[in-house]
Amino acid sequence: MSALLEVDGVSRLYSSGNLLARRKFAAVDGVSLRLDEGRPEIVTVIGESGSGKTTLARMILNMVPPSAGTIRFRGTDLREVRGTRARLDFMRQVQPIFQNPFEAFNPMKRVDRYLFATARHMAGLTTQAAIEAEADRALRDVGLSLAEVRRRYPHELSGGQLQRVAIARALVSRPALLVADEPVSMIDASLRASIVSLLRGLCVRTGVSIIYITHDLATAYSVSDRIMIMRLGKVVESGPARAVLDDPQHEYSRLLKSSVLSPEVPSNGAAFHA
Amino acid sequence: MTARGMTAPALEVSGLRAYYRTSAFGIRREVRAVDDVDLRVEAGEIYGLAGESSCGKTTLIKTIANAIQPPLEVLAGSVVFNFKDHRVDMHRVGRDELRDIRWKRLSYIMQGSMNVLNPVRRVRHAFVDFAFRHIGKSKAEFLDIVGAHLHRLHLAPDVLEAYPHQLSGGMRQRVTIALATVCRPEFIIADEPTTALDVVVQKGVLAMIHSVQRELGSSVIFVTHDMAVHANLTDRLGIMYGGRLVEEGRTADVFRRPRHPYTAHLIASLPRLGDTAPKEGLTGAPPNLADPPSGCRFHPRCPLASDLCRREVPPMTEVAPGHRTACFHSDRVAPP
Repeated sequence: MSALLEVDGVSRLYSSGNLLARRKFAAVDGVSLRLDEGRPEIVTVIGESGSGKTTLARMILNMVPPSAGTIRFRGTDLREVRGTRARLDFMRQVQPIFQNPFEAFNPMKRVDRYLFATARHMAGLTTQAAIEAEADRALRDVGLSLAEVRRRYPHELSGGQLQRVAIARALVSRPALLVADEPVSMIDASLRASIVSLLRGLCVRTGVSIIYITHDLATAYSVSDRIMIMRLGKVVESGPARAVLDDPQHEYSRLLKSSVLSPEVPSNGAAFHA
Repeated sequence: MTARGMTAPALEVSGLRAYYRTSAFGIRREVRAVDDVDLRVEAGEIYGLAGESSCGKTTLIKTIANAIQPPLEVLAGSVVFNFKDHRVDMHRVGRDELRDIRWKRLSYIMQGSMNVLNPVRRVRHAFVDFAFRHIGKSKAEFLDIVGAHLHRLHLAPDVLEAYPHQLSGGMRQRVTIALATVCRPEFIIADEPTTALDVVVQKGVLAMIHSVQRELGSSVIFVTHDMAVHANLTDRLGIMYGGRLVEEGRTADVFRRPRHPYTAHLIASLPRLGDTAPKEGLTGAPPNLADPPSGCRFHPRCPLASDLCRREVPPMTEVAPGHRTACFHSDRVAPP
């Protein structure tokens, strides 16, 4: 089976300090990951703030080059993706979903413009009718419709709806891979589960693979096929999601699991027991 | 635990109504962010306030703390704090008295720690700015008190000499908690203090808030939309929807037997470890508070809605001892 995405021993160094006292710091340190073509799955990358999850996502999206190691998408090294045409072609196949939908959209622009612009530039559609049909198709995939978002500004939609629009925008170019960087951490707890269920549905229905980055174990458990637990730039544990989370081996994975607050009231009253 | 009826409640909010009123180019708009809210916080308890974004949680808190700026206006109702030695009606005191109350008796833990601490000054200055006047000791004694307080909260004293960007998010949030509790306030308002933190740090910060509260014996209003936090931290819980309080009771009772369909939905929507069933969000959007639905504001999204709900506003009624809800069909809400 050919590989969709191969991340091979990738590291990313950032340096701090001045010319005389320079310190190097590895945000991502020797991470490998492989996703196969024709076998859509959700891979969750989980870890605390500063564990390098976002840096890894940015490297997969070809926004930052790795300091060491290679990332290949459908056999092409991302370093070779240069020039407008190659970059557009890559972006068509790999699409991001960002953390905060209120920051991802310009508050002064109507949200449908993002969908139309993506359809025009990425999906190569030219007529207004075709563009609108494509936008509507993508919106229906996320449980909305063009009629609901046409001419709306970001502030007129709720956080959950806006994040759905962001996902729809990513789907317009019919990508093979979505990189979702903490897509639910800025929206209401009551809406998180429905957005995550939506990602699961998309993976099954449209065959798009998803790299889901989060620090929330509860949603990761319900949605992912595979899981990768990161700490200080290194992968500390990885494997099938249920197996890893039911019986975490690494000390840090156990700490993460024990930190999830259960939504049950403890039997000895509501006192917080730490 | 609280002794209901034994002592005066720490905070009494009655009939509170606060609207944002604007008038631009002859168009008047009125956003009914807080509408007829009644609640009591007993001395020494942690009162949780839950609800989705834009349901009026933060406006309610601003009104309680009298941090009101136009276009927000209080139209009716009162907010009364019963501090140890005197009673304060927040909307009827002068500015000087308000300044004495704030931080010393009533303090506030805010959501974005980066917005509280000045990024270009050392943390020490924040303590001086906020608390020096209230503690009223010499500078050296003051810094000793601050150092001892930080030590109690398991923070090294050298955080005082750090700039905010040198601390991690969890450390910064601990510093803001230290800042809010250094004057040993009788009442603490916490507005989503852990929302921006990751799970491991969140647990530590919640444990810290809990231990500080038990040590000082303060009363706390704790606001968050994360029901899992409420389940683990709060003594009593109030649920807001569309600017109104729709349910209130002991946290354990509310979780065991929610009496409002919205509360039942909030509890059912929580992702749990080990649970793989797909979750559905509520259909529709939260109400537009500039033009709220008639009758019960939840009726357009409610599975139990009837004609009565569309016509009339359900009153807050007691359905069990200490458990109130504003729903005509509270008997038909299925337990989770």
